[in-house]
Amino acid sequence: MSGLHPKAPFPKAAEASVNQPQLRANLRKVTHTIRAKRAAVVAELPYWEQLRQLGAATKDDSLVNLSDRLLELERNVQARGGQVHWARDAAEAREIVARIALAHGERELIKVKSITSDEIELNQALEEHGIHAIETDLAELIVQLSHDTPSHILVPAIHRNRAEIQALFNAELPGEGGLSDNPQDLAAAARRYLRHKFLTTRMAVSGANFAVAETGTVCVVESEGNGRMCLTLPEVLVSIMGIEKVLDTWEDIAVFMETLPRSSTAERMNPYNSFWSGVTEGDGPQEFHLILLDNGRTHVLADEFGRQTLRCIRCSACLNVCPVYERAGGHAYGSVYPGPIGSILTPQLLGMHDKNANSLPFASSLCGACYEVCPVEINIPQVLIYLRNEGNAHKGPNAESLAMGAARVAMSEGWRWEGALRLARLGQGPLVRQGEISWLPGMLAGWTEVRDLPALPREGFREWWKAREGSRTVDANTQAGPPDIVQDAQNRESPPANVQEGGHPPAGQHGQEGEDHA
Amino acid sequence: MKVDLYLTCVNDAMFPRTGQATVRLLERLGCEVRFNPCQTCCGQMHMNTGYREDALVLARKFVREYEHAEAVVMPSGSCAAMVRELYPQAAQWAGDDELLRGVQALESRIFELSEFLVDRLGVTDVGAYYPHRVTYHPTCHAARMLHVGDRPLQLLRNVRGMTLLELEGAEECCGFGGTFAVKNADVSAAMLADKTRHIQDTGAEACTAGDNSCLLHIGGGLHRLRSGVRTVHLAEILASTEEEVFA
Repeated sequence: MSGLHPKAPFPKAAEASVNQPQLRANLRKVTHTIRAKRAAVVAELPYWEQLRQLGAATKDDSLVNLSDRLLELERNVQARGGQVHWARDAAEAREIVARIALAHGERELIKVKSITSDEIELNQALEEHGIHAIETDLAELIVQLSHDTPSHILVPAIHRNRAEIQALFNAELPGEGGLSDNPQDLAAAARRYLRHKFLTTRMAVSGANFAVAETGTVCVVESEGNGRMCLTLPEVLVSIMGIEKVLDTWEDIAVFMETLPRSSTAERMNPYNSFWSGVTEGDGPQEFHLILLDNGRTHVLADEFGRQTLRCIRCSACLNVCPVYERAGGHAYGSVYPGPIGSILTPQLLGMHDKNANSLPFASSLCGACYEVCPVEINIPQVLIYLRNEGNAHKGPNAESLAMGAARVAMSEGWRWEGALRLARLGQGPLVRQGEISWLPGMLAGWTEVRDLPALPREGFREWWKAREGSRTVDANTQAGPPDIVQDAQNRESPPANVQEGGHPPAGQHGQEGEDHA
Repeated sequence: MKVDLYLTCVNDAMFPRTGQATVRLLERLGCEVRFNPCQTCCGQMHMNTGYREDALVLARKFVREYEHAEAVVMPSGSCAAMVRELYPQAAQWAGDDELLRGVQALESRIFELSEFLVDRLGVTDVGAYYPHRVTYHPTCHAARMLHVGDRPLQLLRNVRGMTLLELEGAEECCGFGGTFAVKNADVSAAMLADKTRHIQDTGAEACTAGDNSCLLHIGGGLHRLRSGVRTVHLAEILASTEEEVFA
């Protein structure tokens, strides 16, 4: 996926993807499998909830002290022979990488899987400079060879099946052509191709899962070992890291070494955990650059409530449990960050100014499954609601806001609401057939596309209650209108809301009420 | 015990039987039920669609009207969750300390129906009789915000004459999500398709839940499919006896 800017609003993008049977089948299989595996390894730890709390507190502590932590990180990376670059936005970060490559005369580089590099659309920018970036993560390689874009944070080719990959490798990998669809054969072919690249390419680019400020250490965790190759074999290593990834101490990293693998790949530990501090003479890359990327993060940080989004450690557990992601797929989100976390991260990184991105907070039924599994306790449903408000605040009056305002007015007083219900019962007539409504106009049409709606009952609860109370209490007042409020005023110590609120009920009604109180 | 029934706007407009059933059930268990006709809506639709100021008007109204209540019972997990979980958060967003204090003082007296029956009244057998094959869908806000757990199931297991059938993928959202169902109608429909398929696979005559908004969605799908499976609120099953059938 290139960058952060969705090309279409979510509902439109999802309309296409929900109708792709192969995509739906793949997504369903993978998400359900990993969901069950994650649940099993998480259940092994009786102190899981405490780990979540600790993870959240650790990240929060880093975020509120971010400037100090970053400066400490910079000092310690430099002290160990690394170079630190600050990039305000994607363009600056891309230029820094290109400049380093060109300075060394490199026309080809190898990459560790990095969503941050996709966020800044690095590969495309490097191509413009005549530099070819080769993805070495198996799924990223599949995506790159097919000129596709990732659809999952952790499993970028989740939307592809083995038959598609077989055809792709036979066509695209040099020297191949007779591969079967056996996953082991396919992996071996990728391995042959990548081994050659690892041994001959002199520059690598990576992202970073964490950095430890106290020692200037950068960390990448992975499953395949391709990352370890990229981080150790080339001469020059450039790591691009979002500024929110920094932690204070090694102790801080410990909690995430437990929660990240269990949440993401459902493993107890990642197969490969690489940590490096600056450069070491005669061992590994002899030139190390760390690019610290803002690209909207300080905007997110400035918002006290939205800030929790930056706790994210990119485990993708929220994607795997999300019923919306499972049906719509990652591409529908139009950003390198799909799923529930993408729905809150993407619009915030864009400053809540991107119209298409502002549709993402609505791409949720608010079922809360994401929050339940988040290893750093990001209350995604609440942030979604918060951002829906923020997004609406940028809009002028429209049909929806007017309808909502009208509903609020009707609901602000019991008697108005009751009147509105009576009107609705009378007005629904033309839409009702055999007690059901099968067609609704305008904004509500989405409902009746696949669902019926029962007609409003001729008599509501209030009428039943009134009749029942009437038969219990012999009270002349109950026969006068509007009797319900009168009744209530008598039964209650405090006056009803419409008196306190200072609203404008019909004069007769108001007078009636006053008399009853007297 | 004096109990205030908070009907919720959806039941008020569309499901009088659920309100009636809740009253009958609570009275049968010895409660004195009151209904304040000033009640309208908790404001969830406004809040979740991004109209916080409108929602806050309704939140303040709610707190004002129920601050002296002994117990407020709602036949809706979603609305109870709105009051207990989102009112305090919205009050903080708006910097409304008065509302925050009001909600915090009221919080422990707000109950979703199954919580009230099991926790406050201490009953799991309410003496109900319902001779049908039924499957239960745990609604998201009751499950994940209120953590009602198996309380509704404890109640349902004690209903005489009823066969309770297990629902595959029960914990998965039905795809309602308020205005989500119309704003993202395609994804919502895809979620609903799986839910209605699972319900039909159980062989149940009826699907029950503690929230009529979710049931409105599920029922609307089942009806469109002409599946012959109906939806029925938990309260209506629990209120039903040999003498009086509610649903």
